[in-house]
Amino acid sequence: MGSFVYSILGDPFVQMWQMPDFFIQVIWEGFVSGVLYALIALGFVLIFKASGIFNFAQGIMVVFSGLTLVGLHALGVPAFIALFTTLGVMYALAFGVERLVLRNLVNQPDIILFMATIGLTNILIGGGQWIFGSETKSMITTELLIPTGSSVWEPNGGLVIFQHIDIAAAIIAALLIVSLALFFSKTKIGRALRAVADDHQASLSVGISLNQIWVITWFAAGIVALVAGIMWGARSDVSFSLQIIALKALPVLVLGGFTSVPGAIVGGLIIGIGEKLFEIYWGPLLGSGVEGWFAYVIALVFLVFRPQGLFGEKIIERV
Amino acid sequence: MKDQVEGYVTDDGRHIGGIIMEMKNITLRFGGVIAIHNVSFDIREGEIRAIIGPNGAGKSSMLNVINGFYHPQEGEVWFRGNKRPSMKPYEIAEQGIARTFQNIALFKGMTTVENVMTGRQLMLKKNFLWQLLRVGPALEEEVEHRRRCEEIIDFLEIQAIRNTPVGSLPYGLQKRVELARALAMEPKLLLLDEPMAGMNVEEKEDMSRFILDVNDQYGTTIALIEHDMSVVMDLADRVVVLDYGKQLADGTPDEVQKDQAVIDAYLGVEH
Repeated sequence: MGSFVYSILGDPFVQMWQMPDFFIQVIWEGFVSGVLYALIALGFVLIFKASGIFNFAQGIMVVFSGLTLVGLHALGVPAFIALFTTLGVMYALAFGVERLVLRNLVNQPDIILFMATIGLTNILIGGGQWIFGSETKSMITTELLIPTGSSVWEPNGGLVIFQHIDIAAAIIAALLIVSLALFFSKTKIGRALRAVADDHQASLSVGISLNQIWVITWFAAGIVALVAGIMWGARSDVSFSLQIIALKALPVLVLGGFTSVPGAIVGGLIIGIGEKLFEIYWGPLLGSGVEGWFAYVIALVFLVFRPQGLFGEKIIERV
Repeated sequence: MKDQVEGYVTDDGRHIGGIIMEMKNITLRFGGVIAIHNVSFDIREGEIRAIIGPNGAGKSSMLNVINGFYHPQEGEVWFRGNKRPSMKPYEIAEQGIARTFQNIALFKGMTTVENVMTGRQLMLKKNFLWQLLRVGPALEEEVEHRRRCEEIIDFLEIQAIRNTPVGSLPYGLQKRVELARALAMEPKLLLLDEPMAGMNVEEKEDMSRFILDVNDQYGTTIALIEHDMSVVMDLADRVVVLDYGKQLADGTPDEVQKDQAVIDAYLGVEH
């Protein structure tokens, strides 16, 4: 009995202490996947804040944007022109969603809009497979000037390896998040976005067009999806199974709160680092494979004890 | 129209201008329910116009028609000499019609200043890239509009809560922030939906004073809704009375108060 307790509460920490370089490596790996979870979660938060819609299609938007980019390049379009064309495609998607779906479903219950995004998911899956085929593709990493290779750091005689692509992913994600934060807090459109997130009627009364704001938020979510698609694609491959990773954004959202941008970031990092640590140090006790479900268990705990998440607004029902 | 040019002078010497808005034979139905039935009235430049009536009289519906939330099935809306086509609420805001709401519709996550600044939304013209960098003309523009907002905040005596998130403010102050936001739009016509609802006597007196001051200082044309007769009689230049969607009377407070149909609607009729 004593040894079992030790293997849970003692041994993992001894290992961390004895092999600090390996510990740093684990934290770094977790940090990078956390950043990418945060990016996907951010896409959900943007749309949820502005329109109260849980956009089930965010995951497939990541795949779709990645496929479009790779597909265009395969047709012989130079990498950066393909990148901007993909941005154009994501704008067209945002515009189309607003025109064909949101505008017609305005004032419908949330569940109807949620169903609509499931429909959209299927259209994007079907459309994506029809246009680009269902086989796995590799991201055009070098063509987009994303560094490959790795650097080695030897702090305590051990070995910590930093993949350049991971460093690039972390930096690009950080830049994207900072520019989105600035855009939201400093510009007229950002102020309008926050206004719409708070109150639709009041926004209309000060002259804000909801339709325009919805296009902008869906486009912003599309940009976030594209960046996430490029980075995930560069680390693994571009395929429809990336959607599963997008599902990881759900526990991130439960943890961070559906309406909070900082929540999405902190939640992503906690889940990313937490699942790596748990997998490496506690995983063997449970026969490994912990990474797959750890996030959902954390989410469950939060749902029981703090359903609004770390940063979400507390919902108080007035009686 | 000839009488659009002529105005009149009130007892306290304010000069009221021509017709700025005219509602002609407005009928609004929701399915089988007739919310407004064949109502016509006008609003003149610089006046305080009240729409009163018991609960369910169609007052708020009328305000929502003026503001574009509802589109009447019959009738015409004329604004500043032109017949208004069917428009979206935000387009009507662009035309210079601002409003407040009966149940307060503020941006609760924002501070007082930020809420008031949203009223300047339509006047910010600089490109968002400039705004992002906060330099040159975009900065000047922001500073200028911010200055105007601070003036309005001073005017409504809410300086102390300038940087407080409005969600945490007491009801009476929230109402005042909402008024400030509407004023920041520098509206040609200001619509107030029950500005005094749910207030105590002191708050009501404050709000009445602010409404009179706004009208006096900025010359803003105001149309307000109230169900409390006594409040309206001191404030309004002219009053239109609705009951069950129908128009009972239209005139000065004194005329309206003496009108038998109005007395019946408010006090009930003996059978």
